[in-house]
Amino acid sequence: MLNQAYYDKTDEIIASHGLTQAALIPIIQDIQAEYRYLPPELLSYVASKLSIDEAKAYSVATFYENFSFEPKGKYIIKVCNGTACHVRKSVSILERLYSELGLSEEKATTDDMMFTLETVSCLGACGLAPVLTVNDKVYPAMTPDAAAELIRELRGA
Amino acid sequence: MMKKIENREVLEQIRQTSREQMNKSKCRVLICAGTGCLSGGSGAIYDRMCELVGEHPDVEVHFGPEIAHGDGEIGVKKSGCHGFCEMGPLMRIEPQGILYTKVKLEDCEEIFHRTIEKGEPIRHLLFKRDGIEYQRQEEIPFYKKQTRNVLKNCGHIDAEHIEEYLSIGGYEALEKALFDMKPEEVVSEISESNLRGRGGGGFPTGYKWSQVAGQKEKIRYVVCNGDEGDPGAFMDRSIMEGDPHKMIEGIMIAAYAVGAREGYIYVRAEYPLAISRLKRAIEQAEECGLLGEHILGTDFSFHLHINKGAGAFVCGEGSALTASIEGSRGMPRVKPPRTVEQGLFGKPTVLNNVETFANVPMIITEGAQWFKGIGPEKSPGTKAFALTGSVNHTGLIEVPMGTTLREVIYDIGGGIKGDGEFKAVQIGGPSGGCLITPHLDVNLDFDSLKKMGAMIGSGGLVVMDDSTCMVEVARFFMNFTQNESCGKCVPCREGTKRMLEILERIVEGKGKPEDLDLLEELATTITETALCGLGKSAALPVMSTLKLFRDEYVEHVVDKKCASHNCSALRRFIISPERCKGCSKCARNCPADAISGRIKEPYVIDNDKCIKCGACESACAFGAIHIEG
Repeated sequence: MLNQAYYDKTDEIIASHGLTQAALIPIIQDIQAEYRYLPPELLSYVASKLSIDEAKAYSVATFYENFSFEPKGKYIIKVCNGTACHVRKSVSILERLYSELGLSEEKATTDDMMFTLETVSCLGACGLAPVLTVNDKVYPAMTPDAAAELIRELRGA
Repeated sequence: MMKKIENREVLEQIRQTSREQMNKSKCRVLICAGTGCLSGGSGAIYDRMCELVGEHPDVEVHFGPEIAHGDGEIGVKKSGCHGFCEMGPLMRIEPQGILYTKVKLEDCEEIFHRTIEKGEPIRHLLFKRDGIEYQRQEEIPFYKKQTRNVLKNCGHIDAEHIEEYLSIGGYEALEKALFDMKPEEVVSEISESNLRGRGGGGFPTGYKWSQVAGQKEKIRYVVCNGDEGDPGAFMDRSIMEGDPHKMIEGIMIAAYAVGAREGYIYVRAEYPLAISRLKRAIEQAEECGLLGEHILGTDFSFHLHINKGAGAFVCGEGSALTASIEGSRGMPRVKPPRTVEQGLFGKPTVLNNVETFANVPMIITEGAQWFKGIGPEKSPGTKAFALTGSVNHTGLIEVPMGTTLREVIYDIGGGIKGDGEFKAVQIGGPSGGCLITPHLDVNLDFDSLKKMGAMIGSGGLVVMDDSTCMVEVARFFMNFTQNESCGKCVPCREGTKRMLEILERIVEGKGKPEDLDLLEELATTITETALCGLGKSAALPVMSTLKLFRDEYVEHVVDKKCASHNCSALRRFIISPERCKGCSKCARNCPADAISGRIKEPYVIDNDKCIKCGACESACAFGAIHIEG
């Protein structure tokens, strides 16, 4: 059970967007921005507030890649695997991070909830390929070694 | 806070004052604050420059983003993307037009004392190529060969202040449309200009607008597609970040032309900076009355909203995009009815992309004839390209339509990076194809590329050298498309999955010769039967590489080899007996126990056990291990 504060915050978010179906995506985006994931209870709550079927809300939330029902780590690392990054060998960076963090394609978040590792199709920073982002901050011209070093820094921080 | 602009005269007055204030500053320091340079630390450089100006009260200055528009003599500004991303962080100093590249925090002091105070250029920060040092930005080959119309202001104005845009004639086109032209005249001017959609399709913009304008339904919408999802493309991002008002002005002109009162900009979530700059631009325009009710005292009222995408590539497709704004799953629907008839909320909708809208103000100001004078008649104007991959100068460029690939890659891009040789350029992202050496002199425009089996797409140009495996590239794009397939229609959902499986099999060395025929058959079926543009073009990267690099496919399938060593499963590691000292380090590092031997005698790899991880190669201190072939 989520505590009441979650529902209060959600009410606040709903109020800022209005009670229309078109507001569903912006509302759940704001919830996710607040908690770094979308608690399923809140999705049901939003659906009832907007008078839309829970199934419909669920279908929307699962369609878009950005929404996650699983809590994410403190640092969300996104390794870009767009074309430019890919041809400049971004896969080796991803592999290195998987091994540094003990993660895999199936397991995206570390047990201590420090790191979530994801790939992203393109961050639009192709001129600086290969890139990765940590909580939206862009790190340009990465190498496997630089990525490993970054993890060490973040762990120390 | 700016006062409300109630009519045409006040707008001109404000423009005049902004211009005078701009001209007053003796020296302007423009620090690139695009996504690229910010990641290189340009934010700290900006702060340091402001600090330096503040520390020297003897040099009479007033500056800073808030008061930059006061009567200061040195204005330090955060500009939009200059495009030369690889050389960032970039700093432009006016009036000299000096461009400093790869600026570091510790360079700031020197820049302040030498260039700002004394006007001297600092040599080690200037761009150099082939032994030539370039003092002025405009002389650098990367810029010299470009025609920057759409991107003209990017890097030259502070994107966060509407006054800067006004001072260089911003919203003049809107003014002209509102006061001197009827809506139908605006539509016919755009039709006359032959402007074609920059999002990839190349559909005539004027025709689209006239269809919306001619609908019975009076509630209409204008939607700007900023869901630039093609991997390897970032033109629209740079426009939204670097010159948001130009695009907004274009959207407003479209709204006036088709009689819309509401507009939406759909921006992908991966562009947080673009979203915040657009929000700011809209707020400023609302504050001074350029957006809202009775704009400039006329009957034209218009409201603009921003919608943030949620990570679905297919939302770049028109009907999926409008479904997403409506709060549904972003899935394309069967057409007709087309978006111009029943688009957003079931109403007639103009849907154009960012770059298309950014072209509109210039066409209204300069006229359709001027626009037609640039590039080929059937596809006139300029096109912005994101030049990336194995090329020396990556970045954002803009050239007239019809420029050849050779000029783009060699003159502007400075040729192939390192010792590699040009192999191919991938154009148009996951919906596009490849061009190879014989195509270097092909004109880059909608019609010429279509003939080559490629397309301009949104404008991503990814240059590949001979270290790239084309089969792997095809697999990469198919993996992308398969991931992004929304699952609504069978050909795309199932077909791309099967194609991906075959390609994966091939790169793993398990392909069969008949797989190539099967790929072609599937490709044809998907192209002919898929519901939307994503599916219809999903097979293009495979078809294009199969046609141009069939040998490579055959090599993978028959010889089980990958000449560029990209496909790890096809690598064969061998230990050279001459170089091996028999230290056993490789054997100890091998996770698969595939290496055996006796101390001080050459070791050997059992390729049946080898998992091709390469751990031995990096462990060997004598360079004795390498990939065969």
